[in-house]
Amino acid sequence: MNSSSESQFALVLKKDCATCRLIEPVARELAEQLRDSLRIYVQDDPSFPESIAGKVDDTQLEFSFHNDIEVVPTLIRFCAGKESERIFGWDRKQWQDFMQMPGLGNELPDFRPGCGSKSRDPGMEDMLAVKFGGARQAARQLEIDDSEDVMEACYERGWTDGLPVTPPTPVRVARMLAASDRTADEIIGNIPPDYAPCSIEKAAINAVMAGCKPEYFPVVLAALEGALQEPFCWHGLLCTTYFSSPVVIVSGPVSKRIGMNSGINALGQGNRANATIGRSLQLIIQNIGGGRPGGIDRATLGNPGKYSFCFAEDESDEQWPSLAMDRGYTRADSVVSLFAGSGIQPVMDQQSRNPESLARSLAASLRTVSHAKVFMQTDALLVLSPEHRRVFRQGGWNKAEVKAAIYEALRTPGEELVRGAGGIAEGLPEQFKDRTLDKFRADGLHIASAGGTAGLFSAIIAGWVASGEKGSQLVSQAMV
Amino acid sequence: MSTTLLDPTSELQPATRQLNDRLSSLVGATVGLLDISKPRGKEFLDEVEKQLTALGATVKRYSKPTFTRVAPTELSQRISVECDAVIEGLAD
Repeated sequence: MNSSSESQFALVLKKDCATCRLIEPVARELAEQLRDSLRIYVQDDPSFPESIAGKVDDTQLEFSFHNDIEVVPTLIRFCAGKESERIFGWDRKQWQDFMQMPGLGNELPDFRPGCGSKSRDPGMEDMLAVKFGGARQAARQLEIDDSEDVMEACYERGWTDGLPVTPPTPVRVARMLAASDRTADEIIGNIPPDYAPCSIEKAAINAVMAGCKPEYFPVVLAALEGALQEPFCWHGLLCTTYFSSPVVIVSGPVSKRIGMNSGINALGQGNRANATIGRSLQLIIQNIGGGRPGGIDRATLGNPGKYSFCFAEDESDEQWPSLAMDRGYTRADSVVSLFAGSGIQPVMDQQSRNPESLARSLAASLRTVSHAKVFMQTDALLVLSPEHRRVFRQGGWNKAEVKAAIYEALRTPGEELVRGAGGIAEGLPEQFKDRTLDKFRADGLHIASAGGTAGLFSAIIAGWVASGEKGSQLVSQAMV
Repeated sequence: MSTTLLDPTSELQPATRQLNDRLSSLVGATVGLLDISKPRGKEFLDEVEKQLTALGATVKRYSKPTFTRVAPTELSQRISVECDAVIEGLAD
């Protein structure tokens, strides 16, 4: 016993563990020998072991958490208040050496593995970190009495978009924050229209409410940083009477890693990542930015994408560059792009078997973006389905050639577009009468790929009428 | 017991629900008087109506089925649609 007599010991047990029950005689002998120098902590049933008096109730797992207990039984030696050594499980020789007690547990088997500590049960670590770890959450805490329905409490405080939200409890928020390397109090930017500072923690709270899994959170942060890029003009986009709102397009390896949908029904419902990443952005501008429909959000009609509009690119065709690659990134980069979009306009072309016909066909539909007579004002994002993409690929066209053909097919004499032409008052000012005009500004038509492998359909996502430098431009944000 | 939630907002607003802005004038405003159905409420609210009318307001009268329960949703909704402000006669 010599040097041991100056040490303090802690033994952590769990009744549910067969090895802990097996070593009860050893624990008893240690308790008798060490007396006040040993404290026995019990994780599940403080009456265990019944033959030993003076156990410490650790059912709250505070000691286990602070001492990082992974396995029970664990025996720790403290010298001068600091841990000097620990052993776990049951290994008779090891315990005898550790305690310098040669006869200790001689009646027991040589070896039995321990069991997992309760403090390491699935999900428990995050809860304990919030409870005991001083996980510094700066957000105001609201206590919702049990007599109140928590879901309804979120509605009543105006935190939702009309659909239920996941209540942002401290544990859920801690789990979300743990999925990012960034510190909770870092300010990611000021959110319009109130330009209220948004910490990583506030973003995490809203991502929880949107229904995100923690692994989506880095994508949410990239989307948020993209939305805050000056050329995206998130403020104006929120305030406009027009339909538009952010469309989030995720390219690169991250989309597969987190299970996003780029295939069947890619622009529709059903995929958690698609649905909740887009929704996070909308909840952030509503809750942090103060951009509420009917308040600063003055949309005449809005569009269903204002709940959420987010999809992954189909990158199954290695030869076809992704939207992110069009913006200068590589296939290996995970990139979030944002486009100010106004819902979906379908294009059906089941007859075109060559690129020339299909390009003209797509152009004919693109002509109506915002208005058939309004040119150079509204960008568009064309989402090519795999079957339409195949027509171009089999015809030997690359993306640049597709774009060029669409621009060519849309080039129109100004006299057909000016106000009054065709008996339609809407149109371009008279000054454009003698010019030939492109439908889209030079960087105003973007092409992404998504969709199921059956269906000769593509989608036009019309942009905001305030496109370009005076309004919103497509932005891309690489994930770090 | 209670559930703790973290505030998702900018915290520029107080955690408790806010009152609507006070009307700047009663002239032309429609003011609802909600009788919670306590005895003599009618006499009291008749007098309030007289004074509000003199100040230029249009008064609409409502009553709850019973003072023991919160107003039915349908009634709250009607008041919110039909009135600019509401005065609720509370207790005795």
